[in-house]
Amino acid sequence: MQYELQLNGKTHSVEAEPGTPLLWVIRDELKLTGTKFGCGVASCGSCTIHLDGEPVRSCQTFIEDVGGSEVTTIEGLESREAKAVQQAWVELDVVQCGYCQSGQVMSAVGLLKENPRPSAAEIDDYMWGNACRCATYQRIRAGIQRASEIMEA
Amino acid sequence: MTVHTSRRGFLKGAAAATAVLMVGVRPGGVLASATAESKMFNPFVKIGSDGTVTAIVKHFEKGQGPATGLPTLIAEELGLRMDQIDYEFAPSNPQHYANLLFGQFQGTGGSTAMANSFMQYRQAGAAAREMLISAAAGEWGVDVAELAIEEGMVVGAGKSAPIGEFVAAAAAMEPPAEPTLKHPAEFRLIGDPDVRRLDTAIKSNGTAKFAMDVHLPNQMVAVIKRPPRKDGLAVGMDDSGAREVKGFINAAILPNKAGVAVYAENTWAALQAREALQVEWDMSQAESRSSDEIKAEILAALDAEPEFNVLKNDHGPVQTALDGAAMVVEETFYFPLLAHAPMEPLNCTIEATADGGILLHDGCQFPTGPHMALAQIFQLPMEKIQINTMLAGGSFGRRATPDADYQVEAALAFVMTDRSRPVKLVWSREDDITGGRYRPAFGHKVRIGLDAGGNIVGWDHRIAGQSIMKGTPFEAFSVHDGVDHSSVEGVSDTPYRIPGQFVGLTDTQKATSLLWWRSVGHTHTAYVMEVMMDLAAKAAGRDPVAFRLAHLDGDKDQARMAGVLKLAAEKGNWGRPPEGRAQGVAVHKSFGSYVAEVVEISGNAEDGIRIEKVTCAVDCGIAVNPDIVKAQMEGGIGYGIGHVMRDQITLTGGEVDQFNFPDYEPLRISDIAAIDVHIVASQEMPTGVGEPGTPPAAPALANAIATASNDLRVSSLPMTENGVSFA
Repeated sequence: MQYELQLNGKTHSVEAEPGTPLLWVIRDELKLTGTKFGCGVASCGSCTIHLDGEPVRSCQTFIEDVGGSEVTTIEGLESREAKAVQQAWVELDVVQCGYCQSGQVMSAVGLLKENPRPSAAEIDDYMWGNACRCATYQRIRAGIQRASEIMEA
Repeated sequence: MTVHTSRRGFLKGAAAATAVLMVGVRPGGVLASATAESKMFNPFVKIGSDGTVTAIVKHFEKGQGPATGLPTLIAEELGLRMDQIDYEFAPSNPQHYANLLFGQFQGTGGSTAMANSFMQYRQAGAAAREMLISAAAGEWGVDVAELAIEEGMVVGAGKSAPIGEFVAAAAAMEPPAEPTLKHPAEFRLIGDPDVRRLDTAIKSNGTAKFAMDVHLPNQMVAVIKRPPRKDGLAVGMDDSGAREVKGFINAAILPNKAGVAVYAENTWAALQAREALQVEWDMSQAESRSSDEIKAEILAALDAEPEFNVLKNDHGPVQTALDGAAMVVEETFYFPLLAHAPMEPLNCTIEATADGGILLHDGCQFPTGPHMALAQIFQLPMEKIQINTMLAGGSFGRRATPDADYQVEAALAFVMTDRSRPVKLVWSREDDITGGRYRPAFGHKVRIGLDAGGNIVGWDHRIAGQSIMKGTPFEAFSVHDGVDHSSVEGVSDTPYRIPGQFVGLTDTQKATSLLWWRSVGHTHTAYVMEVMMDLAAKAAGRDPVAFRLAHLDGDKDQARMAGVLKLAAEKGNWGRPPEGRAQGVAVHKSFGSYVAEVVEISGNAEDGIRIEKVTCAVDCGIAVNPDIVKAQMEGGIGYGIGHVMRDQITLTGGEVDQFNFPDYEPLRISDIAAIDVHIVASQEMPTGVGEPGTPPAAPALANAIATASNDLRVSSLPMTENGVSFA
């Protein structure tokens, strides 16, 4: 099947079978590899993208359900929240292996859009589904709080 | 790595813009510089006449920091800022890039990256500095003593010029036999807490390339349909269902019958086709035991005469001490199988090269292993096999397989094709969780005797479990007189002053497939040692920190262990928890480093526990990148605590019961509210940091739970299966 995908501000024509997770269209067809495969069952958050600005798990978002929604991947991030999160990530050296971090950044951006000054408990609640096997969680929490400060400055 | 010019080229006055100075240190300590005339020599630092400096990093980067740490050593000695150096990963070459602690073997593991590189990379940087200064001194007609390199500039004698200007002349020189290293008092980068990782930006914006991100022109994706139980053999298959999947290419039984390779145009098609594939298995030799049987065998072994007397001492005096003790504390422990579950599922890509060789793209932890295995499979000389080491999305031991398990799978999948298309082998998370290579199950039974004054007088320690090292190429390193040191490390070599210790070990039958898991034997030995020390302290009516310090009052080893314990106790407000909270402490030495942790919790085992704070103190010798050391402690604590809370791999009739993260639940952000790490200032040589944060975390938590929960003993894991709930 042929699908028209609105992704990172451009229209892409992609060939995929119905039932194909958006994750694999993004990674294997469009070759945008910032979005990661971690579990395939929406349990780790490594594949998080934005659908009309809302974080979703691309491994459980199917190509036929995307329609005209705007898809944003880590490569297409350019909001104020995104810049603040990425700056904070660098300042605090949040990453270790880094494999989950695209998903962490996508979720963090989603949180700050919704709640520019989240408490530690609100961060824990929102970010719960983004697993990091290196356990960089202390720095993810601090990074989101730092991004919040950067946005206020 | 390409070399763009030759020494002869320089002498002829070839364009200086293409000059490269390369300096390396061979394992034997001999220094050399190299040009195209000696391409076989691989350096640790490459300096271009355009001023670019590249550290050639011989250790792979799985998050633990060598892609920053090794460049830091070069930059320090060479006189650069950190933004003036880049890195690339070394090719596979055990002659040049051996881990000095592994023999003639290139690999990362055992928390050794910094320990074995600290002098080597500093020498390479210092030699390059001396050569560039000599070249500048010659050109300027001044004495070398007048010159130095600062922030990438040769300065002195009233002059200043970028190092790149002297690369051509330096490359023609003989390297110094013994370059002068900086005195630690002169360090500007080593020990600087503000040095940042070199890989953070690319890992925060999606541009970092992991092996999983390889997309070669015309590549196929292969997944393997594996037997439902280990050692089942594929004897037949029906791929009619798979043929219905668009993008399916082919399916073929692997030459070793260990599974069926399913080839497709893309990952999703490969996974779908595998679902539709019917395989006939010969299960006559397959694993059939359940984890309950494995546990029963281990517990029975603890009560039988041990197979090995680890310390080779007489048990009699230990028994006499226990018989005469004023108090005896006794406990039996059991540790289940655990999976590593690195976030990037295992994968690698193999392609044929134009010169008839093979190129492997891999987040490669042990290059020498797959290098040799691929040479054998493809019947090629070693020099025809190349490995492109890429960033790895975690490992925790899983990528360090001496037999190159997943690379061999990829090679077997590739060898069955006509080799015209690259093959990318991909594991799913289910492949990873069910596919073996687990932390082995272990049991311990310990009896400690105390005198009336609360001092340890006897310690009888029995261990039973499955040897990791026996039957692997690392057997010679770890197994002596039958004893696999990795089964008893942390017990038989504990720094504690323990008069009258007996350590017995029994190897039980190997169940499923085993592998070291972040901190290896210390994953269980530290738990047992430190829970027992708390039980002994409480029996003696003494404070757990004071009791431990009383048994750490001797040599330097004990002093360093006491040092971290005191620092963690001080920074963690030991003995003065806030209202409603309880504390637990543990201290352990592993991989040459000493780590103490104080865990502070609220709640109790019945109503639900919340981990409020972990305070950590580490002595790892010179902390080259202190912020990375802190990050490794934070991560090590999370890894240790996450698994003991609720994770285990169990088998029913040989079949693994867990499949994916929903039933092998990773640590989540809400599980630990805060971690605070402190580093002991030290001038000792650097020791490990990747693993040593893990061992004390779980016992410190267990000790806190006991304090909060009427002395509840959590002696079997995971905690949630043994009477502990978490809020």
